[in-house]
Amino acid sequence: MNQTHAARHPGAEAIADKGWLLANKWLLARRSSQLAILLLFLLGPWFGIWLIKGNLSASLILETVPLTDPYILLQSLFAGHSLESTAIIGGLIVIAFYMLLGGRTYCSWVCPVNIITDSAQWLRDHFKITGASSLSRNTRYWILGATLILALVTGSISWELVNPVSMLHRGLIFGMGLAWFVILAVFLLDLLVSRRAWCSHLCPVGAFYGLLGTHSLIRIRADARDQCDDCMDCFKVCPEQQVIRPALKGHMKGSAEIIGPVITSQNCTNCGRCIDVCAKDVFHFGLRTNNIVNNTTNSKNISKQLNHSSGVEVL
Amino acid sequence: MKTQPTSAPRSAALNSRRKFLLDSARAGGAATLLALGIGLYSRQSVSLPASAIRPPGALDEEDFLGACVRCGLCVRDCPFDTLKLATFGDRVTTGTPYFTARDIPCEMCDDIPCVKACPTGALDHALENIDDARMGLAVLIDEENCLNFQGLRCDVCYRVCPVIDKAITLEMKHNTRSGSHALFIPTVHSDHCTGCGKCERSCVLEDTAIRILPFELAKGELGHHYRWGWKEKEKAGKSLVAPDVEHQYNLPPGQSYDLQGEGLIIKDNASDASPFGTNPLDTLNKNALYERRDARGTQE
Repeated sequence: MNQTHAARHPGAEAIADKGWLLANKWLLARRSSQLAILLLFLLGPWFGIWLIKGNLSASLILETVPLTDPYILLQSLFAGHSLESTAIIGGLIVIAFYMLLGGRTYCSWVCPVNIITDSAQWLRDHFKITGASSLSRNTRYWILGATLILALVTGSISWELVNPVSMLHRGLIFGMGLAWFVILAVFLLDLLVSRRAWCSHLCPVGAFYGLLGTHSLIRIRADARDQCDDCMDCFKVCPEQQVIRPALKGHMKGSAEIIGPVITSQNCTNCGRCIDVCAKDVFHFGLRTNNIVNNTTNSKNISKQLNHSSGVEVL
Repeated sequence: MKTQPTSAPRSAALNSRRKFLLDSARAGGAATLLALGIGLYSRQSVSLPASAIRPPGALDEEDFLGACVRCGLCVRDCPFDTLKLATFGDRVTTGTPYFTARDIPCEMCDDIPCVKACPTGALDHALENIDDARMGLAVLIDEENCLNFQGLRCDVCYRVCPVIDKAITLEMKHNTRSGSHALFIPTVHSDHCTGCGKCERSCVLEDTAIRILPFELAKGELGHHYRWGWKEKEKAGKSLVAPDVEHQYNLPPGQSYDLQGEGLIIKDNASDASPFGTNPLDTLNKNALYERRDARGTQE
């Protein structure tokens, strides 16, 4: 890796070029969204203003519109419970929303654990704590499968006993109890054990929402990828670094075919941090249209080639 | 293989396949470990502590844990702050709703808002009349301390019962301690008690003598082949067993014995004719005769 780039703070150039506010606008928007959603839920218990009741597992907006977490509904189905219509309608609304906006938008714009793990990552960068995960990023799908099998075997929604995502959100609204220890564990895992361990390797909630948004409409595009000066800032800040390369470098020499410029991976969380830190404004939010996609075997070959050609290990 | 590919790409392919398999095995192993841990934990958490009562209409505990999404909407719609969500570390399954009767009992709202609020049916929407709720069963568990059992007239549990005179009645018993007073025993009837816990809440003792218990702790079960004779008799309109053979009592002349309640009957007109002779020895000898006969009877 280039020495000058490694020593530099990612996004410094963008701040110099665009100003601090513009170079952090999506991060600020994301934090605002996370906190606003939390505040909406807290308006009731704190101030008696009941715009929305419940928590991320299931809620009711203005006493009329139900929302339900489709992942927990799926577990409930596996546990052998036939659902009521309210839960199903709520689930369908949520499914439609994330199929449109990107499944893992949930992770970066809604989920309260994101603030915890982003903080851990920030400290990790700040104190230069290294150590890559030896666990595959696919572990989350195994865990996702395991939670469903667990529901089937135990007949109860067992994953909810330990799920830090719902535990934190529910805890903040209804009372944490000892749940802080679970959250602390996630924080320490991401801080000390391995980079982005929870959100990008283990969390089955994110894996589920990722699958939900496989074909989502809203995507990050690298339309101005010709402007890329290989500063690597986007790679450094991206929680799912593997998703950028095909879109950003899919037109480079060495690729068998030209692909991109849309980040099509279901694991992209639509966090927009790459947009923020790019001084060249390579990235922007857009639709998944006008994208060159190869058939699966070809794109697999290409990504394999890209992995070999770029020579940068970014786990 | 006929067309041998060049060795470098082949070993690269082998390596990537090996890496894939290894990665999968590790991921699968990690997931299995996690699942095993959670699975064992979930087996333990199925047992709800007896003091934690589920909201009205809650499915059986095992089904409930597969249906409840831990959203807390029932808690929000409970007007009396009775319900709360268990937090991590509680003995109740994390995130699920329950109440503690001694703290805040269920007020048995007519419109059952908690059940209506449940999006998944973990609280059964078929429950329309709160009197049909069976959250648990009140059990007068400490007869040694219950004031009514000592012959005092506390009656508080009986008075506060929302299903008074059906779920709890006062049953009059003889007070053997004083010999001349009555005990009014609060008696719970499982076919009417909803388990709301108002009796437990209002018991005047330092710690309550009447508690809501889960049905499996509160109820016994009759042997399946058992039949209550008097009920069968009522159903059939007649006794289903042959009437008792008239028992022959060896009583002195002028006396008889009624098994059905009257006991020993001494005929008035026979009062003159005393069963006992004037000679005390006769009585003694007669008693000795009875004893010998009784001893023979037991030997047989």
